Amino acid sequence: MSAASWLLALLQALLFIAAAPLLAAWVKRVKSRLQNRRGPALLQPYRDLRKLFAKESVVAHTASPLFRAAPYVVFAATCLAAALIPLVAAQLPTAAVADVIVLVGLLGLARFFLALAGMDVGTAFGGMGSSREMLVSGLAEPALLLAVFTLAMSAHTTNLASVIDYVGRADFALRPSFMFAFGAMLLVAVAETGRVPVDNPATHLELTMIHEAMILEYSGRHLALMEWAAQLKLMIYGVLVANVFFPWGIATELTPAALGMGLLAVTAKLALLGIALALSETVLAKMRLFRAPLYLNVAFLLALLGLLSHVILEVGA
Amino acid sequence: MAIHLQFALGSILTLLAAALLGFTCGQHSSRLRRLYFVLIGVAGVLALLAGLGALNTAGPVSVELPFGLPWLPWQVRLDALSGFFLLPIGLVSIAVSLYGPGYVREFAHGGDPLAVLGGFTGLFIIGMSLVVLADDAFLFMVAWELMSVSSYFLVAFQHEQAANRRAAFLYLLMAHIGGLSILLGYGVLAGFGHGFDFDSLRTAELSPLWATVAFGLAFLGFGMKAGLVPLHAWLPEAHPVAPSHISAMMSGVMLKVAVYGFIRFVFDLIGTLQWGWGVAVLAVGSVSAVMGALYALQQNDIKRLLAYSSVENIGIVFIGLGLSLVFLSSGHHLLGVLALVAALYHALNHALFKSLLFLGAGAVLHASHERDMEHMGGLLRRMPWTGLFFLIGCISISALPPFNGFVSEWLTFQAALQAWHLESGVLRSLVPIAAAMLALTGALAAAGFVKAYGVAFLGQARSRHVRRAREVSPGMLAAQAWLALLCLLLGILPVPVINLIDAVPVQLFGSGLEQATAHGWLWLTPIAPETASYSPLLVLLALALVGGGAYWLLKRFGLPGTRRADAWDCGFSAPDARMQYTGTAFSQPMRRVFRPLFRIDEAVDGEGEGRRYRLQVSDRAWALLYAPVASGVQRAARRITWLQSGSVRAYLGWSLATLLALLWVIS
Repeated sequence: MSAASWLLALLQALLFIAAAPLLAAWVKRVKSRLQNRRGPALLQPYRDLRKLFAKESVVAHTASPLFRAAPYVVFAATCLAAALIPLVAAQLPTAAVADVIVLVGLLGLARFFLALAGMDVGTAFGGMGSSREMLVSGLAEPALLLAVFTLAMSAHTTNLASVIDYVGRADFALRPSFMFAFGAMLLVAVAETGRVPVDNPATHLELTMIHEAMILEYSGRHLALMEWAAQLKLMIYGVLVANVFFPWGIATELTPAALGMGLLAVTAKLALLGIALALSETVLAKMRLFRAPLYLNVAFLLALLGLLSHVILEVGA
Repeated sequence: MAIHLQFALGSILTLLAAALLGFTCGQHSSRLRRLYFVLIGVAGVLALLAGLGALNTAGPVSVELPFGLPWLPWQVRLDALSGFFLLPIGLVSIAVSLYGPGYVREFAHGGDPLAVLGGFTGLFIIGMSLVVLADDAFLFMVAWELMSVSSYFLVAFQHEQAANRRAAFLYLLMAHIGGLSILLGYGVLAGFGHGFDFDSLRTAELSPLWATVAFGLAFLGFGMKAGLVPLHAWLPEAHPVAPSHISAMMSGVMLKVAVYGFIRFVFDLIGTLQWGWGVAVLAVGSVSAVMGALYALQQNDIKRLLAYSSVENIGIVFIGLGLSLVFLSSGHHLLGVLALVAALYHALNHALFKSLLFLGAGAVLHASHERDMEHMGGLLRRMPWTGLFFLIGCISISALPPFNGFVSEWLTFQAALQAWHLESGVLRSLVPIAAAMLALTGALAAAGFVKAYGVAFLGQARSRHVRRAREVSPGMLAAQAWLALLCLLLGILPVPVINLIDAVPVQLFGSGLEQATAHGWLWLTPIAPETASYSPLLVLLALALVGGGAYWLLKRFGLPGTRRADAWDCGFSAPDARMQYTGTAFSQPMRRVFRPLFRIDEAVDGEGEGRRYRLQVSDRAWALLYAPVASGVQRAARRITWLQSGSVRAYLGWSLATLLALLWVIS
């Protein structure tokens, strides 16, 4: 591991963090177009973040120190998770620091503090959001881990870079285990990033909120960090789906041409995923909260089927 | 005699002195009380040194004590496995010695006899240490009973309340059924091994069927003590009613002693392992983990919540042990060792964070006299240090990086992910299902501890007692700080810890887990660096760097500061403490999703103004297992009441008949 590759990993992480608001803006814009609206400009989230960072932060009298620390923990854990994911190039040294289970753990750490922050001020909406978030994630996280395990067992490693390398090298074949895992991963990604049909990021009705209810009391720079972390999370799941299941184009060597190719490929894949997400959000309605467990059970079962079909059908063969 | 064995025996002697001191002059003066806790602390340090010594020594050391039966003197042996389980005893004893003086002060003014508390605490720790050190079945059972009986008195300490007496009786009963089962298990081994010392038991040649019988008895007995589902129902009754530092010892350490007994019996004494046992252990462990986490989520009594979470964590330990049995019995030596190390690591972690959390709950109880979370709230601002340490405990137990709970679950996952090595398709598909259950457990545990921390420590105080709570004494904080620090250290430095634990598989099976620690102290690589690696210290540093960097940047360039105002709450009326989400409300969605697994009694009583909402969530194990057994015993007892005729002649006749029958059996 040379210093150059560490530097490249750092640059990739910075690019990831910087690009996250853009993906959110892209989804919003496509969605607006589908609804015959013009929609905000692609740079709008950046302007929002700048404005929030420049504003005073209002903290409730009843808030504890945890309320003010939580945005930093949530942001740091999400950034770190983002830094672990191969975006442009696969073989970077960050993958050795933490594998894909740690990645899920870091997202769990961010969620833990987010849910605690929701309960901190002591309002009804905050507690409601935390309770629902823990329900959704409590059912989604096992499905996510199982989907990941399917890949990890096929590749005989939990190192994300090696998994991508393995999937990229393998001859293209419709493996049943991968199909199931892919389905589970998609469902989980939608649920975990708080999109329709599990949660609605654009809702204005408090009673239906999950993620928004937890951050109701935040303002100013704290809110900016929370919003940025949420956008990062969307990007994390997007890149996971795009690069793990379809690792085409990702740079396997560190030459400028390969890296440029990798950047182009991941941009195209994310743009397509964004369109798919906007489409599904346009045609689907948000579910009642107690339909969400059913939806997540489907994800869990798909993931379990994927894992079982791998160990039964593919290992011996 | 080797120095670390001397430490171990010195620890027991110190505890004996402490117990005598406790019994004779427990409640006389605060100075003697302090001396008592100093003795406990010294014993803890000695046990810790003994354990570390044993883990760093190549072979076992043993000595014969001049007690016991004439033909069977007590054999004491200290090997790596015993040494490893001396660590939690020592570490938690040290914490208790710091915590105790402040905590028991309130009992000194009440009517509760401190002599009982002090004396039996000493005996209890002696019992646990002797179980770990015993090298013959006789001493093992004596020590086991000492541990069970002395802890009975601790559970029954506050016996004025009927519920506590009932819990203590249930505890005693279950301890003895479990003890009987263990005794029979040793009996089976001794029948084939011609002797009661462990060396003879090891050489016993058992047929597979008898080996399975012995395994089943041991699994039943030790599993009952460890609190595995469906035999767990006594545990959440008994552990919470003891004083909090005793709850910490019972959940944190005594359950580990049961795990020790199981490992000693199955991995060391029985001999040839069978894969079917592994499947049984894996299944019971998975169910315990999930059920424990689900039930923990539904509790509103903070100590009951912690007790149910012990069921969950013991389940995780047994998942590791089950994986180890599966791999070892199918010839995958290295993977079996990995799973065993993961289980041991989790056992040690659980001892630390569960003790930490029980001590934190005790501090809250001490400061507010409140155990019901529905009456708490806002404690973080009133008790900032306890709040911080409790938060560390919550993060650790929820298996989140970079704390210690995550490392052991990560290792367990790594072992489970090697299931593709197995030849049998059935096993290959069972292991991933256990991994799925473990994943579900982790998420549910996180939800449970968000609830515990959010309802108790965040928000606004829901009762007067809690509003007036103040931070506890420095000694009690020091105990929590000690355990919280260990949680962090075991989380970020797994490689030195595994180097220590490694002595256990090396002495049991002849080879260890060299590859896990082969890449320096920074990198944990359980199988090979290309398979999986984790560097928690770097993760922690990166977290601190990004979080601290963001904070610094905003401080440096962010223009306006922070203003305090009323909570916004979407512009509704100013929120008060009663409008907060309660613990019951928090867990309602999960209750609804997993409804068939609970027994829920939910109703609205009364009419008009006096309406009351009533909700009781109880354990299905009561109705499914405990109640039928209890009523069966009663029925059987009623059946044979005709024996009790009241006439002495009839009783003598029965005695004679029994004597004759026994003589006939023997001859």
